[in-house]
Amino acid sequence: MKHITKKFKDTLLKTKLRMVRMHYEAKAGHLGSNLSCIDILMILHHFQITENDYFVLSKGHSAGALYSTLWSLGSISDSILKSFSKDGTTLPGHPSGASIPGLLFSTGSLGHGPSLSSGLALSKKIKNESGYIYCLCSDGEMQEGSCWESIIFSVHNQLHNMVLLIDQNGLQGFGSTEEVVSYSDLSSRLKSFNTHVQTVNGHNLKEILLSLNNLRKDRLNIVVFNTVKGKFLHNEGKVESHYLPLTKNQYKFACSNINKNILE
Amino acid sequence: MRKEFADQVSILGKYANNVFLTGDLGFMALEEVQEVYGDRFINCGISEQNMIGVSAGLAKSGFTVFVYSIAPFVYARPFEQIRNDIVFNDLPVCIVGNGGGYAYGYMGPTHHALEDCASMNALGLNVIVPAFDSDLSAIVCNITSPTYLRLGYETIPKNKNPPIYNSWRELESGKQGVVVALGPMAGLVWNAVLKIPPEIRPSIWAVCSFELNEVPDVFLKKVKNKKLYIFEEHVISGGLGMLISYVLSSKNVTVESITHKYAIGYPKYSFGSQKYHQKESGLDEKSILKTLLKNK
Repeated sequence: MKHITKKFKDTLLKTKLRMVRMHYEAKAGHLGSNLSCIDILMILHHFQITENDYFVLSKGHSAGALYSTLWSLGSISDSILKSFSKDGTTLPGHPSGASIPGLLFSTGSLGHGPSLSSGLALSKKIKNESGYIYCLCSDGEMQEGSCWESIIFSVHNQLHNMVLLIDQNGLQGFGSTEEVVSYSDLSSRLKSFNTHVQTVNGHNLKEILLSLNNLRKDRLNIVVFNTVKGKFLHNEGKVESHYLPLTKNQYKFACSNINKNILE
Repeated sequence: MRKEFADQVSILGKYANNVFLTGDLGFMALEEVQEVYGDRFINCGISEQNMIGVSAGLAKSGFTVFVYSIAPFVYARPFEQIRNDIVFNDLPVCIVGNGGGYAYGYMGPTHHALEDCASMNALGLNVIVPAFDSDLSAIVCNITSPTYLRLGYETIPKNKNPPIYNSWRELESGKQGVVVALGPMAGLVWNAVLKIPPEIRPSIWAVCSFELNEVPDVFLKKVKNKKLYIFEEHVISGGLGMLISYVLSSKNVTVESITHKYAIGYPKYSFGSQKYHQKESGLDEKSILKTLLKNK
């Protein structure tokens, strides 16, 4: 297993700060959902994904985290990143499958990614190709019936090359998942489909990496990441972080908080 | 038409780049397809949203994918998946809706499909409504982009052979007026027209496509200053009648009159066979004949 280096931690810090700046300058919302999954995306793309693998961002509202991760890898230039959410950009608030190399599908309406991933995984199985399909969903997204259709289908068709990653930040559009439509405990419900479910801290880099190295070859793999929406923002852990763009002071607070916590 | 479709799609099963998905339908119809395709035939179960997403994933990986179900289940239920997953990515997926229009008659309105062509056309799919079984061979081997294929029941008058497939084709040339019919409705119209004395028969055109640029110039020349009749087992909104009216208008082609018969909508209180519902909409053979003779 690869080790998390200081160099990577420095890159992660830069990427988080760049992502927050990108949202601040674009006056864009959805920052909370990006901060809850940026650690997962960075570990996944820097340590795990190979040229034989595919990634599907089912929770398309975390496009900013994906764009920033691709920026950290050199796949997206800084000038392109500056165009985020501006007229003529190739980086809309929810990603387009056509505008950025490497992105496969246009996502943003929830509940699509798992089925798309099932298709990609099935294709590899038919063609006898190696590689994994990683699909990042949100926990609120699991209220979409199509997610469960995909899980039933993928288990039945033994798509063991598919990995569902669930960003369980516990908050959705108009309240907590517990208050809106509760299905806790999600992990135990997923396990009941005879899947391999791991539940880990989605902000602990080692735990994230370990979970991705602990995939089984005889089950549909699911990793539920416990995360915090809007981590390091002034409204961390609150629904407001799902929507509201940052003011100047809030932006300064976020940068300071991210720097401070990384150093700790 | 389902049998012919199954035969033709089975021929394609020999090629490893084709995959066939069904939403748990096709009993006593798709068994041969299942055999030929082997592990490339997947019964996705009763989960049409997932099936469309899976088809997009497969198509993105290089497969040409056929997705089969009863028409409303495969275009209406997973509408957003068709739009976001297939159309936005311009993928070679052929969505096959069996039993377009009122074809599932007694099964009731949940099984009818009356706005399927309009909605799929609006999304940008290539909408194809074969008129005759023999059309299928030319259609299924040519799927390169998002396609909606509406299957129905063919009617062919005795001792008549349809000309080879074309999205617009003249079945009979006549002297008085022009009749246009969508897909299998063309056969019913053909039967009706043959009951009219030859000297006052209209020309008959079978239309299988909703592509604006496929309306042939020869049709526009023929219909100019003539009476035009349009028959379609589809609602008026976004149907063939609207499409033709738009083309005539945009190309400054004037006609003497337009008589348009279309599906009046989903039944609520009284149900029956396809023929029963066609009659209610003036789309059965007798009603067609009556309409055509009315203005003679």
